[in-house]
Amino acid sequence: MLTKLKLTAMAAVLGSSALFASAASAVEIEYWQYYFDARVKAMETLIANFEAANPDITVKMTHFPYADYRTKVAAAIPAGEGPDVVQLFYGWLNDYIAADLIQPLPEGDFPAATVDAEFFPMVQAMKRDGNYYALPTAVRSLALFYNERLFDAAGIDAPPSTLDEMIEIAGKLTQRDGAGNITTVGMTTGMTAQDHHWLREVLIRQFGGEPYLNDYTQVNYNTEAGLKALKFYTDLEQVHGVTASSFMDEPQAAFKAGRAGMHIDGSFRIGSLNGVRGLKWGVTELPAGPDGTRSNYSSYWVNAITTKAQDEKYEAAVKFMQYVTSDEAMQIWLDTVGELPAKPSVGMTEQNANDPVFGPFIRGLAYANTTKFANESAQRQVFVDAVAKIDIEGADPAAALAEAAEAEQKILDEYYAK
Amino acid sequence: MSFYSSLSIRQKQTFWAWTFLAIPVLFYTVIRFYPTASAFVISFQNWNLLGDRTWAGLDNYAKLVADPVFWKVFVNTFLYLIIGTPVSLLLSFVIAYHLDQVRFAHGFLRMLYFLPFMTSAVAMAWVWRWFYQPVPTGLFNNLLAQVGIPQIPFLNSTTNALPSVLAPAIWAGLGFQIIIFMAGLRAIPQSYYEAARIDGVHWTTVLWEITLPLLRPTIVFITVFSSIGFLRIFDMVYNMTTTNPGGPLNATKPLVLLIYDTAFHSFDMGYAAAQTVVLFVILLVISLVQLRLLRDRP
Repeated sequence: MLTKLKLTAMAAVLGSSALFASAASAVEIEYWQYYFDARVKAMETLIANFEAANPDITVKMTHFPYADYRTKVAAAIPAGEGPDVVQLFYGWLNDYIAADLIQPLPEGDFPAATVDAEFFPMVQAMKRDGNYYALPTAVRSLALFYNERLFDAAGIDAPPSTLDEMIEIAGKLTQRDGAGNITTVGMTTGMTAQDHHWLREVLIRQFGGEPYLNDYTQVNYNTEAGLKALKFYTDLEQVHGVTASSFMDEPQAAFKAGRAGMHIDGSFRIGSLNGVRGLKWGVTELPAGPDGTRSNYSSYWVNAITTKAQDEKYEAAVKFMQYVTSDEAMQIWLDTVGELPAKPSVGMTEQNANDPVFGPFIRGLAYANTTKFANESAQRQVFVDAVAKIDIEGADPAAALAEAAEAEQKILDEYYAK
Repeated sequence: MSFYSSLSIRQKQTFWAWTFLAIPVLFYTVIRFYPTASAFVISFQNWNLLGDRTWAGLDNYAKLVADPVFWKVFVNTFLYLIIGTPVSLLLSFVIAYHLDQVRFAHGFLRMLYFLPFMTSAVAMAWVWRWFYQPVPTGLFNNLLAQVGIPQIPFLNSTTNALPSVLAPAIWAGLGFQIIIFMAGLRAIPQSYYEAARIDGVHWTTVLWEITLPLLRPTIVFITVFSSIGFLRIFDMVYNMTTTNPGGPLNATKPLVLLIYDTAFHSFDMGYAAAQTVVLFVILLVISLVQLRLLRDRP
């Protein structure tokens, strides 16, 4: 019995050492991302292509649920374990640099001037003291989804291109029952979805404001422009009656169910709308403001080289970073995940920019802004609460806006004081 | 080997007892006591999960006292307790008292009452969440609309939301409390009731003088149990308000949800730990008070 056990154990040890020996002849780097089916598939394709071009490098991908992501990364890297190349949300960059988890990209391979010129402008948020720390493969932006069946039924032949047209069309699409309760909304609203981005980066700018100053450290929307933007938003329900906030619980649910004429959402929604039976939808750029101003909000996930990667692993990580930020990788990512290319050279190609689905999102990138959040969920909550105060408690919009500005400034001050 | 054989039987028994106890002892030390102790330490530190921990002294507690959201949440937590516990206690007693006297389909009825307790809290929360929606999706509002009563904003209201979230939470716990109450009722000797019947006592007197006093241990147990449950309420609130957790305007946010939010959305572990310490103290005080009540048996 004992000898058998011993033999098995020895075999196991021998077997595993043989495994290690074969792996040691090449450089192996680790790549970490959070689990999202399409993203994992796209990365598998990228890794296969990269390994084919660089036979001496193998890339091992590890992924786990989003909820555990930050904790695991934080625990692994300082311990010398974990990824050589890591994926992170753009808003986490400051935290990752401060915690010494990532290192700057080498200036030789990623010259700041070239990156500035080649990528969409919002990527410049990844630069610290003239050095890029991280780069995206893909980016996301907002656009206006619309229900083609409802448009046809109401005799509307084109989606709105300005805010005024949007209100007018929304009015025609809104349906009510005998008691006056809304049964189909002209357009969805819900601060908890993407609307806080729309208000923050789009509406405030379209009404002549500048939401933040000093590189997003100072709140600047408690102004006339800010108030106009907020009023425009709350008036959709209170004055024009073309929407009901949290109608059918969630805006995207109402749109999916065919009970909403128009819906503002991110490019990541395309995939979940594609398979919906009986829903015919189109997408167009966010409506322009009263003076023709267009704006958009863009967010993205980036890849960075960790401080764990040294020597030959560092060299391999740099090569891998070069590949995942290449034009080829971006096209693969767009085709597999549906996320938009981070470079105009890929995004603005004839085919991509005029694509009926991706086109409006990609064209939006040219004028998109990226909020540098200190704490996205807390800053979102400030906007959610401001609108709730007006909608539920009947608060004065000016007072609600002033309170929001003060609350958000406090969050920013606390964050940047550290 | 020789050392082991030199032990007496009693020593051997002790040896084996500790060998088997070692696993739970180790488990509790590593999984329970160590994290609890480190939560106390972290509450005096600043830590965003990524960087170094730095000492903050009493800053986190000072922030807590000055934070209006914390006090709002504190009040909410006690509202869940103060409304939830008596209502569920009363309902479950009334149901158990009458169910105890029903003979027809007794087992089936008992099963129906117990069923919600076995259902996943998440599934239940979502079904109730949809019940509460305005027309065209919400069941309650559709019924109201049919009889011409204006819509009630159940969840989208700062006054209605907390009771609306609490209702399914009470309903979910009812089955368990009913079973415990029925066991308590069955444990009361029939001879007391027979004596009362012979004396021709009114049923209210039987209830006040026999049933309730003899149910005291059961009542205390259920009170302790459901109080702790309502003080730690999380799943119902979180699932019924996921898009705006604890909203609108923090009207439904309990302490546990605030802790979760601070820790895993704001990544402010020190502040979250300070909130946890406060919750710990509240639970400790309430449990101690209730244990005292248990001891003071007549």
